[in-house]
Amino acid sequence: MSGMSIPLTPHQVVDQYFLEHRAKVLDIAAFLDRFDRAAAAFGGADSATTDDVRVRALCAALDLLRDGQPQRARRVLELWSDHSVDPIPTAHTKGAIGAMPLPDAKR
Amino acid sequence: MYIDPHIHMVSRTTDDYQRMAAAGCVAITEPAFWAGYDRSCAQGFVDYFGQLTDTEPKRAAQFGIKHHTWLCINPKESEDIGLAREVLAEIPKFLDRPSVLGIGEIGLNKNSRNELVVLEEHIALAKSRGLLILVHTPHLEDKMKGTRIILDAIKAHGVDPARVLIDHVEEHTVRMVLDRGFWAGMTLYPDTKCTPQRATDIFEMHGTDRLWINSAADWGISDPLAVPKCREEMRRRGHLEALIHKVSFQNPQTFLSQSPNFRLR
Repeated sequence: MSGMSIPLTPHQVVDQYFLEHRAKVLDIAAFLDRFDRAAAAFGGADSATTDDVRVRALCAALDLLRDGQPQRARRVLELWSDHSVDPIPTAHTKGAIGAMPLPDAKR
Repeated sequence: MYIDPHIHMVSRTTDDYQRMAAAGCVAITEPAFWAGYDRSCAQGFVDYFGQLTDTEPKRAAQFGIKHHTWLCINPKESEDIGLAREVLAEIPKFLDRPSVLGIGEIGLNKNSRNELVVLEEHIALAKSRGLLILVHTPHLEDKMKGTRIILDAIKAHGVDPARVLIDHVEEHTVRMVLDRGFWAGMTLYPDTKCTPQRATDIFEMHGTDRLWINSAADWGISDPLAVPKCREEMRRRGHLEALIHKVSFQNPQTFLSQSPNFRLR
């Protein structure tokens, strides 16, 4: 890579961005709580046991964030990506949902 | 002063032109795209191409903004190859209009076989006419796979990658695009693409050569002032004004000036 340097010190990064990302973590926590309350109310699986591809993908990404390795954003996007190589026979829909089903080993 | 090289003004109000001009926008380029519904016939695209090449340049000029455009049938409507070929047959009738820069935004949506066929026919048209190409890469989980297929298809046609902009790159696709000699665009779009913060991170990690930013503002929740907001994010971190000017003005100017139709005045 031939990037440019970041002008901020680590302390300045925290000063500038901590509150914004504190709020984002709380949003994720509240989303999972909301999902679990809905599961309890309607009798479905909770966020730890659900088969919903998107919730599983989100939780797998949270594990990745804490692995201490660099390039987290790239690796999260790769985790959620379709890794097949051939074009599909036909497009039956226009939309994308945001994540592919995870291989069992990554669940 | 900045250029927004990807924005869909047909979906925006005239107030947005006014606000963009006040924020320093001097030029925009508008790729043909999906209107949010499938058009029923090729004539619908003919009308749209007229809007892009006649109506929008006049609307932008009221605010001192130079408007340019790219023509195609977008990948979301490419599954119907019959319709796509009817539209492709109409495109050459518009290519000599003075604000047309090239073919775009072509690419893939769900990475299907028909989408790839239509993409390749657009690439062939661009190559035969010596036109620049602006490429849409797929959304979300389809982006990485689709970007690889697109890069391979363009290379297979022998198109010079320096005349192709691959748009909507993110952390997992930017390197493969730049390493193969293409230009790359980062789209500042809520929820599904880059934020100003992440785009600035990508500049810090991958440099500022052959890389630009755009809003891709359209009929969805989006922000026609996203480019100046990213400039402000770079400024907030202490990046030099020369770098901010490079990514938001000089880089688009350099790429787009490969077309004789690109003018700032």
